[in-house]
Amino acid sequence: MSVDIATVKRVARLARIAVDEEDAGRMAGELNTILGFVEQLNEVDVSGVEPMTSVIPMEMKKRQDSVTDGNKAADIVANAPATEEGFFLVPKVVE
Amino acid sequence: MSDLTGLTIAAAREKLRAKEIKATEIADAYIAAIERANPAINAYVVTTPEKARDMAKASDAKLAKGEGGALEGIPLGIKDLFATEGVHTQACSHVLDGFKPRYESTVTANLWADGAVMLGKLNMDEFAMGSSNETSHYGPVVNPWRARGSNADLVPGGSSGGSAAAVSAFLCAGATATDTGGSIRQPAAFTGTVGIKPTYGRCSRWGIAAFASSLDQAGPIARDVRDAAILLRSMASVDPKDTTSVDRPVPDYEAALGRSVRGMKVGIPKEYRVEGMPEEIEALWQKGIAWLKDAGAEIVDISLPHTKYALPAYYIVAPAEASSNLARYDGVRYGLRVPGKDIVEMYENTRAAGFGREVKRRIMIGTYVLSAGYYDAYYLQAQKVRTLIKRDFEQVFDAGVDVILTPATPSAAFRIADQDMAADPVKMYLNDIFTVTVNMAGLPGIAVPAGLDANGLPLGLQLIGKPFEEETLFQTGHVIEQAAGTFQPAKWW
Repeated sequence: MSVDIATVKRVARLARIAVDEEDAGRMAGELNTILGFVEQLNEVDVSGVEPMTSVIPMEMKKRQDSVTDGNKAADIVANAPATEEGFFLVPKVVE
Repeated sequence: MSDLTGLTIAAAREKLRAKEIKATEIADAYIAAIERANPAINAYVVTTPEKARDMAKASDAKLAKGEGGALEGIPLGIKDLFATEGVHTQACSHVLDGFKPRYESTVTANLWADGAVMLGKLNMDEFAMGSSNETSHYGPVVNPWRARGSNADLVPGGSSGGSAAAVSAFLCAGATATDTGGSIRQPAAFTGTVGIKPTYGRCSRWGIAAFASSLDQAGPIARDVRDAAILLRSMASVDPKDTTSVDRPVPDYEAALGRSVRGMKVGIPKEYRVEGMPEEIEALWQKGIAWLKDAGAEIVDISLPHTKYALPAYYIVAPAEASSNLARYDGVRYGLRVPGKDIVEMYENTRAAGFGREVKRRIMIGTYVLSAGYYDAYYLQAQKVRTLIKRDFEQVFDAGVDVILTPATPSAAFRIADQDMAADPVKMYLNDIFTVTVNMAGLPGIAVPAGLDANGLPLGLQLIGKPFEEETLFQTGHVIEQAAGTFQPAKWW
């Protein structure tokens, strides 16, 4: 499988990263190198093998469904690039 | 190195408790050393001298009353990946520009609760993606080690390059680090320091900027095996805020030092003898085998047949998880924002300007392998191969092997701006060939300095243990350290 410039642009759009023609051309080459490297995984016989879902066998932890934290609106927006009255500000998303 | 910065954590701890020295004196000695050395080494991206002095003063007050925790008054450097309340935390990325968290990571909170003193935040590869510390937004770290007769700047390894360089150059008594594919062990090997990646689940990941959540683990980099054991005991904990944190008490790792390895079965995996590996690495490995044999261990040849597939599987799993984890950096809640004509263009512009090349490359790979139609061919296949890699280790341990000995890296430290590595990302990835299997299987691994190459550069050996048997790694690593000695760079900075 080889990645072309159109595919790079499509993936960049999915990843929300702006790329220009030059970036896309360079990335296509790099991505193909890496995908070529991982291609060797296809030679491994994985029939009957379960995909790994947990590094250490353990039961999912559960906790009490209770409020342990809160009243931190000022802390939560403290690092935002744009806020107003405790809200995050973003460009208009609905007409 | 002054008399005070030259002390190991264990030695400083004794002198502090005996009131021979003060925590404020050690803190001042490190602050002065960092001021002098950092322009050359670039290990710290931010220093916090006032905080260090305040914390040291508080430590002195406790020590005067005969109180104090396990690390009371010990000055540490913190990798920039750990959230530190009110202090620069950017994973050395431009996308987190100006971020000062309102919370503290569990690991650093554990260290401060035990009395440690914070000197500042340490340089690293951006979001821990790199093996040379060259992807940092704050520029590369320079390895305190130089080849004999050369002035060329070498990399300290990565991603915890700032941590390893700061420990090696006596700019902190010990440092926190993280390891996703080798980011503790490879820089430790490149700088003559000791680094341990504990079992997945041993240290809480809460408050550590996530790279690949199923692989990330925190651990210490230290001057010797004992200091690493002391630090890990404080860093590790059971944390309700991290569901993958394992409910097991944290043992006294230091107590494992000095235990005999007589009768222990040490596995030597034939698959780690890779093509093109320098003879010096092979010779070092043989030396390690001989030391353990002399100490009474039984050496057994083993096979881990899926070893060669660990790195390619890693370069699917890690970018896939990264592409998901790094989706949060969108210019809304924290960090950089670059405006655009609408919200999508704002996201795209912010991420294009905020992420460096290597991070973008990995997000792109991750997005591609998870995209419609490719999931089974790449991600699912890689997770199945991962099961086989883990099974290889389980079979060897089930057959009675206690610990596995391998080289830590396929070479010594290389030059900053190495042309071969810059031209081919896969060449850089091969640095992690001996370490990445351990992350894929979730096992603990330690890198211990074992000697110098012909150019006088440090080389390390790696020990791999069973899940939660870090004590075996400290015990065996200490035997190697006793035989090999410890290594310090000649000061040029």
